[in-house]
Amino acid sequence: MKRVYAKEEVCIGCRLCEIACVVEHSESKNVIRAYKTETPRPVAGNVVEERGPLTFSVNCRHCDEPLCVAVCIAGAMVKDEESGVVRHNEEKCVGCWSCVMICPYGVIKMKPAAKKVSKCDLCNGRTMPACVQACPNRAIVYEER
Amino acid sequence: MEHMIIGNGVAAIGAVEGIREIDKTSPVTIISAESYRTYGRPLIAHLLSGKIVEADIYYRPDGFYEARGVKLILGEKAERIDVEKKRVVLESGKAVSFGRLLIATGGIPFIPPIKGGEGSGVYTFTTLDDAKDLEELPGKVERVVVIGGGLIGLKAAESLHDRGIKVTVVELADRILSSAFDCEAGEIVEKRLKEVGIEIVLENSVKEIVRAKGRIKAVILNNGERYECGAVVIAIGVIPSKAIVEGTGIMTNRGILTDGNMQTSVPGIYAAGDVAEAPDLLLGQKRVTPIWPNAYLQGRYAGLNMAGAKKPYRGGVAMNSIEFYGIPTVSMGISNPPDEGYVVRTVYEPKRNLYRKIVIKGHRLVGAVLVGQIQRAGVLSGLMTGRTNVESFEDELLNGEFGFASMPPDVRKKILAENR
Repeated sequence: MKRVYAKEEVCIGCRLCEIACVVEHSESKNVIRAYKTETPRPVAGNVVEERGPLTFSVNCRHCDEPLCVAVCIAGAMVKDEESGVVRHNEEKCVGCWSCVMICPYGVIKMKPAAKKVSKCDLCNGRTMPACVQACPNRAIVYEER
Repeated sequence: MEHMIIGNGVAAIGAVEGIREIDKTSPVTIISAESYRTYGRPLIAHLLSGKIVEADIYYRPDGFYEARGVKLILGEKAERIDVEKKRVVLESGKAVSFGRLLIATGGIPFIPPIKGGEGSGVYTFTTLDDAKDLEELPGKVERVVVIGGGLIGLKAAESLHDRGIKVTVVELADRILSSAFDCEAGEIVEKRLKEVGIEIVLENSVKEIVRAKGRIKAVILNNGERYECGAVVIAIGVIPSKAIVEGTGIMTNRGILTDGNMQTSVPGIYAAGDVAEAPDLLLGQKRVTPIWPNAYLQGRYAGLNMAGAKKPYRGGVAMNSIEFYGIPTVSMGISNPPDEGYVVRTVYEPKRNLYRKIVIKGHRLVGAVLVGQIQRAGVLSGLMTGRTNVESFEDELLNGEFGFASMPPDVRKKILAENR
């Protein structure tokens, strides 16, 4: 399946990927409303790491044998048999943080107040994930490897 | 080939999913002494505390079994296995034939003999029925004594406390969560539990349960102290539920022995989950690691192999993620090194409820304890299960912000190029 990969050599750390993700997962799909009026604001599905000049995005791999699915005690994490997307059902999530403990890429985010986690859904079948589309320097790509 | 599974915990779900990945048509039957389809066993604490309702506890959506052609025989205990005739004999005397069998009977609470322990008012906390039984207590008893300050005991204590019952936890060791935690981690959690009003008694145990007209009135501890209570929860530990293999020739140690494909010593019969011994990735030996993810994965690999896939199970690592009243904790691998051959590094800030411990052996990360700050803990568990050499960035592992940017480019790029 196609997955999102980062190229740290060309990432400029602008974080437009995070913004695009938040907007894509907002109610209004409008950047200003998403950031200024929607509460709680959606959490970006990727993690942007930064250290001095080094910066890159880490994205969910939608693993073939996803450990986050194996550890989920609530049945909230499911790998879609057809698309391969690892989906998270927030309604079932009880915030046990087991997936946070086991995801080797560290891309499942905690929302402590809500006692839920949040993760990438590959934009639910969008042809090109919003983060990839928004990247001005093609530092994240969506491809089959 | 008819597949049969004894037990309906998460190992059974893993097995059904594994079997159906390869074999879409052979009949699959699940036999379970419990009357419920698979539920999230750790969620019994959420149910008892009132955070979820029973409808939320079931693990897979409605129609999961029907869609996969799985027949359920629930509420009936499998009594014995006839290895020769390939049949499982049920409590009712009825026999059911199998082609391949998975034993996934899980664990049963260990109940030590205690004076006064026979009779009503003594509970365990490992099943949905246990949670329903404990559901009767709020409004009827004022205080409950929980014997055992491990994971199950503390979750029982928290749930009962949330329901307005006063709780005293009695633990034999010098700290709570003694198997996964060290003193520092135990102290932070202990302090938090005491803050919310849960009483904790360490280095002591219950000598006697005092009854009047059959009803529990108090417990007496080893040091003679008396604690008034209306009920007792025993949560000392869980042991593999392997009685069904007695006399079958299936080899056991503490749990049921398995080969690399989760098959027991009898061909065609597999074991998985809390009843089975499977490889521990760090210790390099087989043992029982009774945790949810290992049960699912062992079940899955058993299922794949029952269907003929010939895929070995690599093994797992003991790890737990538990939150206590707003303090998240993670423990993984060897959190209490047994000898001097390990490098241990810690950051301890009790005032901020923060603790981070890293255990290294031979430049490999082999254990970690995180309290208060657990985000991206998975990057550590990935290094641990991937046996990554961490020599060049050992110092970084203690940083709460640790991530891929903290690793040298070659290590980082190798991990990020993989797909699991």
